[in-house]
Amino acid sequence: MDHLVYIVASGAREFMLAQAANTHNLANASTSGFRADLMMSQGARLPGQELSSRAYASMQNSGVDFQEGVVNSTGRNLDVAISGPGWFTVADADGGEAFTRRGDLRVNELGQMMNGAGQMLLGNSGPIALPPFSEIAIGADGTVSIVPLGENPSTLAVVDRIKLVNPDSSRLSKGGNGLIQLPDGEKAPADAAVTLLSGSLESSNVDSVEAMVRMIELARGFETHIKMMKVAEQLDATSAKLMSFS
Amino acid sequence: MNQALWIAKTGLDAQQTKMSNIANNLANAGTSGYKRSRAIFADLLYQNVRQAGAQSSQDTQLPSGLMMGTGVRTVATEKLFTQGNLVQTDNQLDMAIQGRGFFQILLPDGSEAYSRDGSFQMDNQGQLVTSSGYQMQPAITIPEDAQSVTIGADGTVSVRQSGSTAITQIGTVQLADFVNPAGLQPIGDNLFLESSASGSPQAGNPGLNGLGTLAQGYVESSNVNVVEELVNMIETQRAYEMNSRAISTTDQMLQYVANNL
Repeated sequence: MDHLVYIVASGAREFMLAQAANTHNLANASTSGFRADLMMSQGARLPGQELSSRAYASMQNSGVDFQEGVVNSTGRNLDVAISGPGWFTVADADGGEAFTRRGDLRVNELGQMMNGAGQMLLGNSGPIALPPFSEIAIGADGTVSIVPLGENPSTLAVVDRIKLVNPDSSRLSKGGNGLIQLPDGEKAPADAAVTLLSGSLESSNVDSVEAMVRMIELARGFETHIKMMKVAEQLDATSAKLMSFS
Repeated sequence: MNQALWIAKTGLDAQQTKMSNIANNLANAGTSGYKRSRAIFADLLYQNVRQAGAQSSQDTQLPSGLMMGTGVRTVATEKLFTQGNLVQTDNQLDMAIQGRGFFQILLPDGSEAYSRDGSFQMDNQGQLVTSSGYQMQPAITIPEDAQSVTIGADGTVSVRQSGSTAITQIGTVQLADFVNPAGLQPIGDNLFLESSASGSPQAGNPGLNGLGTLAQGYVESSNVNVVEELVNMIETQRAYEMNSRAISTTDQMLQYVANNL
């Protein structure tokens, strides 16, 4: 039996996977701070006895698109967007540090600051906890200042500073929880050069037009592979016919 | 069957929720004391299809694996407690809160609810009630022969009775505040209930302890920005279309297999 059909089938399967990944990006086109996944296909050469002509396709993540999303003004004082490169630091499930660009912050009943996805925001020393307040302001450098409940507006007190980091983006990858992380749970030092924009939110950086074009490309690529399967079948049928006696 | 179909389905679900939310905001654009809400999304868990760093041979490792996202989910719909515009009504029982705080309302079942809607009315006993007839707490009863009612910025309610020139103080409107107002549970009728996320209510007189002041003769309109909602609506519609396009494209791919093999 010819190997052609197997190689083509592997290609079709990887196209299907790539389509799923592309759809994931599209589904998250309105998730605040979402970073698109990039995919690539790699040939995995299979050494054979004769000519080593067989190479199976293998789809892989080629990283995360770190391009910035569009910043929209919302007017809510707990919405913050990072202008330029940089990341918010949040606690991941096992207590380590992970990074995100989503800045739709809120304060829970214990006074802890978290983002819209429920991840705890980290400050200078661990999670940010705020005493009851009547006003809150977040400065361009991440400084969180509040007017304590029952005090005059003039008694603005600095409580903590949001930990903003800017590690080398070539070492960053996306974890299973959708958060960006450094290898082996490594922590990043705070970077004073990262600046915030209060009252704004960063949208997802998915380019929906690009995703649509890619969707068409992947669908056509998939169909080409199916067509090749048909060709393999025809070749097989032809050779079977040549061998027949009548 | 195919993952892409299900991922696109989560996208459609999310956009649908966002659309309902926008429709609700728009429908309540004229509801006094209404606070607009917005849908919050987060990406779903990632599936590890091929582990990065796995051995590709005895001496080599795969440089990158394959992590596949599985779509999007709606985490919450969050109320935005920004100040609405104050609209003058000249009705002497209308009050608007400028700043933080909620009116305390007694529900028929005896529990308390909280509201920003300050268009109060009188019942047949002379008590201040909401448009639904629920009493304000602490109860304030306007005497039958009251000629005029004055509500101060600090909540003191005073009346002038007929046949008298003196002004008598009959009570004080108190407000309640929460650590996390966004955690309050909306129940309709412009009312909110305390929840474990909101913290417990701290009642006080208007203008004290960070509470807002009252403005008599005004109501607070909803804080819905109609233009913003319309822009959101266009964005949502397009995102919905793209996700439904993803479903039809995946469907076509599968159809091609079925027809050509």
